[in-house]
Amino acid sequence: MSAVLNARMVADVPVAPFVPGPAGTQITIRGLTKYFAGWPLYENFDLDIPKHKIVSVFGPNGCGKSTLINMIAGLVPIDAGEILFDGKSLKETKIGYVFQNYREALFPWMRTIDNIAYPLKLEGKSKAQVDRRMAELVASFDVKFDLNRYPYELSGGQQQTASIMRSLAPNPEVLFLDEPFSALDFEMTLFIREKLQEVFMKTGTTMVLVSHDLEEAVYLADQVLLLTKRPTKVAEILTYSDPRPRTVATLSEPSFIAAKKRSLEIFQREVRR
Amino acid sequence: MQKPTATSAAVPWQPPQAGAPSAPLPGKPFLDRALPFAGPVLLFIVWDLVVRLGFIKPILLPSPSDTVMALVQGLAGGPLLKDFLVTVWRTVQAFLIAALVGVPLGVVLGSAEKAYRSVEFLIDFFRSTPSSALIPLFLMIFGVSDINKVAIAAFGALLIVVFNSAYGVMNARKQRVMAAKVMGANRWQVFKDVLIWESLQPSFVGLRSAVSMALVIVIVAEMFIGADSGLGNRIINSQQVMNVKDMYAAILAAGVLGYALNILFLITERKIVHWSGR
Repeated sequence: MSAVLNARMVADVPVAPFVPGPAGTQITIRGLTKYFAGWPLYENFDLDIPKHKIVSVFGPNGCGKSTLINMIAGLVPIDAGEILFDGKSLKETKIGYVFQNYREALFPWMRTIDNIAYPLKLEGKSKAQVDRRMAELVASFDVKFDLNRYPYELSGGQQQTASIMRSLAPNPEVLFLDEPFSALDFEMTLFIREKLQEVFMKTGTTMVLVSHDLEEAVYLADQVLLLTKRPTKVAEILTYSDPRPRTVATLSEPSFIAAKKRSLEIFQREVRR
Repeated sequence: MQKPTATSAAVPWQPPQAGAPSAPLPGKPFLDRALPFAGPVLLFIVWDLVVRLGFIKPILLPSPSDTVMALVQGLAGGPLLKDFLVTVWRTVQAFLIAALVGVPLGVVLGSAEKAYRSVEFLIDFFRSTPSSALIPLFLMIFGVSDINKVAIAAFGALLIVVFNSAYGVMNARKQRVMAAKVMGANRWQVFKDVLIWESLQPSFVGLRSAVSMALVIVIVAEMFIGADSGLGNRIINSQQVMNVKDMYAAILAAGVLGYALNILFLITERKIVHWSGR
């Protein structure tokens, strides 16, 4: 009964036909609608996320950056709309997700190595396959700490490294990162940022990164997705195409500074609006 | 506990120095180490003085050394040992029933929140009802038997276990559940790989309270439901014939039992739920 009472009134308008994104689109979002406490957070939101690119999501407080990637990743239910991965549903798509709070993302009852292997076990991979993939990951991450320890015995940076390894273990098509550096100190942030860049250059995994640090958002990104205040729309999509590997020197390149300045201007415009 | 917790991110990328000899703890002054014994020693001194100076008649309170002697002799093969073991066995039986039924039931109820909500009132109500108040009811059902004492203790302990395990599941860290889901775990996999583990610590809290509750009820039942053995029975019988030495020895034995069970559970919990509090 309560379900009926609280149902929103939906007018009988014809459903807009699904318009696919341009070639090379990985994630197509059409007519995404999400209400929070009766107020629209997203209404009829459309977005194309390109394949083999890193997209940084940036926007004012409370505009729902994390909610956006959580909806795409299926962690938060949507009220209306359609989200397709290369034409497939979420169920048919392998995704990885890195949480900000690594402490509550890893399973403390498993050794770190078993945490990383967990998604492979879910897939039903054989022990040999798991071991091979683990060896690959350990080599590519240049792990210098003991993976046979429990997560709580590692430092914050080591734990976040482990969660990133876990998210990459099944070779996901898309990797979502929800403020992965926010709980880390600067040194670790730099380290993991470089690791992510390395992984991206090696695998070309599509990444969607929520960040509250503009420099970091631009530094890693091919595209900076700037959002408005709620009800959230796309304010602008900024392309930043300096070649990788980007380094400390990149931070003082005119093109980087220009991209950062432009992002900041749009951000400030949206905050004041 | 044994291993130093990895330092926070302040010193990244150094393998945790588990084996590395950390600076030896500065030798704790002897006084600090003796502190936990201060209370008991003080109690014994006061007790002894009170008896020695005749503030309380020895017929009501024997001297501490006499009592401890009675305790040690009783437990070293004396009749007290038999009653002690009977009480232990009844408590263990009641506890095992409560644990074996309660933990699975609680975990299942907790993962089906609607089911839990529908029996929540019953659990809370009977959890709040002193189990000893139900003794007459159990007497009607089971009669004056050994089963009766175990049954009522198991009942009281069961509710505590169910309650704690159910809440353990319901309060599982949302993010861990989400992490498992996003990796493609189905409901069953989330249940067996995350929810059960998350509920372990609260379950242990429940089990620890449950074993204390079981002991309390067993002792009470032994006192008042026509028992011919057990610590409760021994206490009340000694009191009837004013054999205070035996009575106090039996009371102390009950205390030792309760304390030992508590410690046993704390140690087991620390071993099994090794991540707790970190």
